[in-house]
Formats: sequence, structure tokens, C-alpha cells
Amino acid sequence: MDLINFEATELRLGLPGSTDEQPEIKSITSVVSTNKRSSSEMGSSISDENDSSRSSPPTKAQVVGWPPVRSYRRNILQGKKSDQSETGSGIYVKVSMDGAPYLRKVDLKMYKGYEELMKGLQGMFKCIIGLYSEMEGYKSEYAPTYEDKDGDWMLVGDVPWDMFLTSCRRLRIMKSCDVIES
Amino acid sequence: MASSFPEEVLEHVFSFLISQKDRNAVSLVCRSWYEMERWCRKRIFVGNCYAVNPRVMSRRFPEVRAVYLKGKPHFADFNLVPDGWGGYVYPWIVEIARVYPWLEEIRLKRMVVSDECLEMIGKSFRSFKVLVLKACEGFSTDGLAAIAANCRNLRVLDLRECEVEELSGHWLSHFPDSFTSLECLNMACLSSEVSFSALERLVARSPNLKTLRLNRTIPLEKLSTLLQQAQQVVDFGAGSYSAEIRSDVYSSLADAFSRCKNLKSLSGFWDVTPAYLPAIFSVCSQLTSLNLSYATTQSPDLTKIVGQCYNLQRLVVLDYIEDTGLSTVSMTCKDLRELVVFPSDPYVADANVLLTEQGLVSVSQGCPKLHSVLYFCRRMSNSALISISQNRPNLTCFRLCIIEPRVPDYLTLEPLDAGFGSIVKNCKQLTRLSMSGLLTDRVFEYIGTHAKNLDMLSIAFAGDSDLGLHHVLSGCDNLRKLEIRDCPFGDKALLANASKLERMRSLWMSACFVSFGACKLLGQKMPGLNVEVIDERANVNSIPDYAPVEKVYIYRTVSGPRFDMPDFVRIMGKDKDGVNNLS
Repeated sequence: MDLINFEATELRLGLPGSTDEQPEIKSITSVVSTNKRSSSEMGSSISDENDSSRSSPPTKAQVVGWPPVRSYRRNILQGKKSDQSETGSGIYVKVSMDGAPYLRKVDLKMYKGYEELMKGLQGMFKCIIGLYSEMEGYKSEYAPTYEDKDGDWMLVGDVPWDMFLTSCRRLRIMKSCDVIES
Repeated sequence: MASSFPEEVLEHVFSFLISQKDRNAVSLVCRSWYEMERWCRKRIFVGNCYAVNPRVMSRRFPEVRAVYLKGKPHFADFNLVPDGWGGYVYPWIVEIARVYPWLEEIRLKRMVVSDECLEMIGKSFRSFKVLVLKACEGFSTDGLAAIAANCRNLRVLDLRECEVEELSGHWLSHFPDSFTSLECLNMACLSSEVSFSALERLVARSPNLKTLRLNRTIPLEKLSTLLQQAQQVVDFGAGSYSAEIRSDVYSSLADAFSRCKNLKSLSGFWDVTPAYLPAIFSVCSQLTSLNLSYATTQSPDLTKIVGQCYNLQRLVVLDYIEDTGLSTVSMTCKDLRELVVFPSDPYVADANVLLTEQGLVSVSQGCPKLHSVLYFCRRMSNSALISISQNRPNLTCFRLCIIEPRVPDYLTLEPLDAGFGSIVKNCKQLTRLSMSGLLTDRVFEYIGTHAKNLDMLSIAFAGDSDLGLHHVLSGCDNLRKLEIRDCPFGDKALLANASKLERMRSLWMSACFVSFGACKLLGQKMPGLNVEVIDERANVNSIPDYAPVEKVYIYRTVSGPRFDMPDFVRIMGKDKDGVNNLS
């Protein structure tokens, strides 16, 4: 199948008169650094396109926003109100930080544990949360808290990670001075 | 000629022009018609809030009474637009409050609305009547309380699919006792409990209430009480439709429904207890619209209902209806115009219900007026699509979602190019198309050649090369909205069709092969476009020009770059003053 003569186009990259030689565009996954907030969207979709044959169905990777069903519809069967919007394998919860103008969303499933989650949050909000100790909580300017299934606000880190995954409804990074010690 | 027509006559003639398209055409005839028209335009529609800034609207149109604004792109519905992207209505509300004290209606879709905005609306417009917020977010029940307390002449409060921060259910109680003008209340998207007695009193003192859509917290036992007070209702949304089976509750509910002689539309029905479904049988033959997409009811019960809906025009249902239920629809609902079938379990690869392409084929056969389809299923064939296109050449909107990406014709294992090609060839009035399944560049050739009336196209996991995108951009003369995800389309087709982009409202491309360099070039060369690269990677500033962006959103605008972006959104090719950066 011949391509249309793109040199007759209005715009192209490169100087006029030069040929349209570009280095091969790598798939998105190969240029992504590990600092990326969420890679599930980039996941298998592009790399599948490159190497899957026509007749075999793609791997069963869950993709963000697919199938195109709005998040409030996904919770119908579960019969619960939830701030978690499940996108297949992801658990998205809202994250607010005191003083920040808008909220963000994180996929808790992207993190293997609290340490990774803290790193992710610190990167996202450009703040220092620091390390957690059972006796003293967080010794830094900010303390991460979360709202659990019962509607109570808890300090992040007390319960095992798996338990946290199922009970966390939303996150709030509070100023440490506002955290009341109980 | 213009001067021989007295202004009053022209104004009177123009008052019959309702569509914005007609008014825009009229305003281009000559200067005096432009002037005449702008002074009497009452309704404004802005399809992309960033295409124009509020001042442009207020300077040109001094007598506006109704404004409809849209914000985020459509793919925001599926979490593809990160939070904080934009779509803030605040600057619009400020300007509207300043210039239009007599404003009556505000409609917003996919915008970020703060409580402060709602308070401003409540306090600024004496004659405010209609507030419709569809798929909006950013406000809480406090904002709703401000509307309830301040809008004395409110007729419509319609919250469709909004994300509301629910601080309390007391907002409803802020409607004063003297407030009796309510015609429409849609609170279906709220999940907090409101005071039932406040709701009941509100309904009782609203004789013009035509639309009442309750939320999930209103229990079935209380429905008959409300319906008794609102027998004039035309559009009713039940809450949670489940309760212990009690004959007294059932009979009062059935009785209440039967008294609603004007009832034409039913929705809601969360958590259905099937034994209570027959309570609506008496109104089925009246219904023109039925939305059971929250009802986890199985096919036999659904079939019994639709089997009585002889006058149904619009059906929204879960795939629990199955092929057998749709077969009943095709035999009973001869006036059906619109069919929507949502998936009950979208993340399971294997079918959990017996719904296939057959259901859609039978409805296309039996329902001659069917023109709008949104259908989720797990398999499709070219022959089914060809049948559908031959049965229903009057289709205007065809959106098919095969749940697994890139799935071929299940009979022949070929791509679905021929099937979708047949759709665009036969359905000459098609204005909206969403495709899925295995698709090559060929289908885009068909679309570019035949889909001359296509206004909006959604593509996912399809195509082989830039040729596909080129066919669409160069062939679809009336295309205004194009949204693409996960397709191997890149710079060539985009740059080759740059001028086309100025004749469209917007183009969205995510997880494709459009490079940073191409976005910069496009932004530099096209002053009438904002080329927004949305990229959340931490090292985005060190990514080379030839590498692909995560997402790009390109839209035409007369107001230059916006300045309310978060750090992960960059408008390419323009410097801070909005001048095209040609360096």
C-alpha cells in the first residue's frame, strides 16, 4: 500500500529541504522512567501493538478507562458507596494536601508498600513526609492520613499494607502540627 | 436592502431563530444584521470553554438569558484526563454575574464548579430559574444549600452524574417554605441521605413538579408517600427499589404508580427486589423512556416489563436483558428510537450473560425508528454489522463497544473493517460513531470516503499507520470532534492535516505516537490552535523531541493559550504572552 506523498504536506518536522528522517519512535513504555506516577495506562497497549499478531487476542492487561464505562456505574454491582473508583485492577483514591489548590488521584495498586506510597506522594506534592515509626508517627512537616471504611481518619502506616488497601477510601496529607495525638 | 427593513421587523423575524447555527449564519450576512442579531441573542452555547474567553461573549451579546458551557473533553468520563486539568467555570460565573443580572439558565457539562460559584449564582441573578450540572465536580452539598436558599424562582435543579462532596443531607431543607416553583429535581447522583420530611414537604408544595429523580437512599417503602403528593409527575426516578416483601407496601406502591397518569419516564431502581417490579406494570404502556441500568434484575423480569412498553422510545438497560429480552423489545417496542445496553460486569473476559450481537441485530430488524445505539457486548461479526446497516440506514448515532480490545469477527477471525464500512456506507445520516474490535487502516479509508456527515468519531486500539488518521482528517468534511486512544497514529498525518484542525472543535490523542516536536511545531505554526500536551512523567523536561507524548489535546480557540493549567499540562509552541514561539 503506497503512502500518500507526505512531502506535499503543509507542515513537517525538520528544516525545509531536508528529508524527513527521524530516529525510530520508540514505544512509550521504553522512554518512561520509573518515576512515573502511574504506568498502567501505558502498560501493554503500545507494546502489544508492536508484537502481537493479528489473530491472537491481546494479553489480559487491564487498561485505564477501558471499557469506556463511567466510574459510578462500576460500583453498581458492589452495592456500596465508595471513593475508590476501580478501573479493573487499579484502586484509585483521591489525595488532598493541606494548602494545595487541587486534589490528585493515586492508584494504590501501583505501590508495593507504604515506603513506595510515601515516595510517590512526596514526588507528587513535592513535600517531605519522611519515615514512620510506631511510637512517634511521622517526624516531619507533613503527616499522611486516610479515611477508612468507617469514615474515621487514621494515620497511614499502622495497619498491614493489604488491610490498608481494602479499607482506604481517600488520603489527606495534613500538616503535622494539625494532627492531634491520641 | 437592509436599511429598507425596519429594525423591529428584523428583530421579530430573528426571534424565531433558535438554533445557534442559524443565528451565526444570519450574523454573517451584513453588518447591520450582525448588530441586530447580537442584541437579541438570548441563548449562548460554548462547546469548549477554552475556545473563547467570557469577555468575548459578554462584549458581543448584551442580552443573554441562558448559557450552556462545556469543559473537559469526553474522555474525561473514563479517567483519561487527570484531575486538575482545568475546566473551571469560575471566571465565567464572575463575568456573567457582572454583565447579565437577568440571567435565567446555566447549563454546564464536565466542568469544575466550586461552592463559591454556586453561592455567586445564588446571589447574583434575581430571575434565576434553571441549573443543570452534568458530569461536573468540585462542589459540595454546601453549594447546593446556597442555591436552595437563594434562588427564589428556581424551576430546575438537575444534577446528572456529578461528583459531589457530601457534607450533609441538610441542603434540601434550605428551600424556604415559600418556595413553590420547582419543576424539576434530579438528585440521583447524590449518595447522602436527605431529610425525608423536608423532601416530602417540598414535593407537596410544588404543584408544577414534573421531574423527580430520587437518590439511592430513599427507600422503597417511602415511594408511595412521595408519589401520592406528585401524581402529576412526568419523569420519575425511584431510589433503592428493595424491601422486605410485604403486601401492604406493595399494594400502596402499585396504587400510587397507577395514579400517575402523566408518567412517561422511569429511572433509578437500584438494588431491585423482583417481587416489587409488577408495581410499575400499570404505567408501562405510558412509558416513552425507561432506564433500568442500575437494576441488577435478570432477563425474565426485565422481559416482562419491556414486553408491556408498547410506546417506548428510549431504553437504557444492563446486558442482563440478554438476547431474548432484546428480541421481545424488537417485537413490542415499535416506536423505539434509542437503545443503550451497558455491561454488568465489564472486567470479566468471559460473558456472564447471554447477550451477543444477536440482540442488537433483532432490535435493528424490528424497530424501524431506531436511530441511536450504544451497545456493549463481547463478540461481533461483519455479517451482523452489515445486517444492522441494511436494516437501519436511518442510524444517526452508532456506538459499539466490544469489551476486549482488538477482537476480530468471531466467525471469520477477520478484522471488522467490512462491517463498520457497511455502517458508514449505508447510514448516510450518521453523525456519531464509536468503534471497537480489530480494525485496520482500511476501515478508516471507508470512513473518509463515506462518512460525510460524521460529526464525532471515537477510536480505540485500531489502525495500522498514519494513513488511517489521514483518511479520517482529510475525508470527513463535517468532523468536529475526534478522540483517539492507543492507536499507532503519529506526526505525519497530524501535520499534513493541520489546517483541518482549525475547522474542528477538538482532537484528543492519547497513547499514540505523536511526538513532542510535532506538537511544538503545530503550536508554533497554527495560531488558532492550543496544542496541549498532558504528560505526567516526572522527567518530562528531559524527554527528547522525537519521543511520543502521553496525551495531546488540540482545540481551536480565539482566545489564545490559557493560564490556569497545572504543571503537567503544557501549551506547546507559544510563549507566555501567547505569541507563537517560532524559535
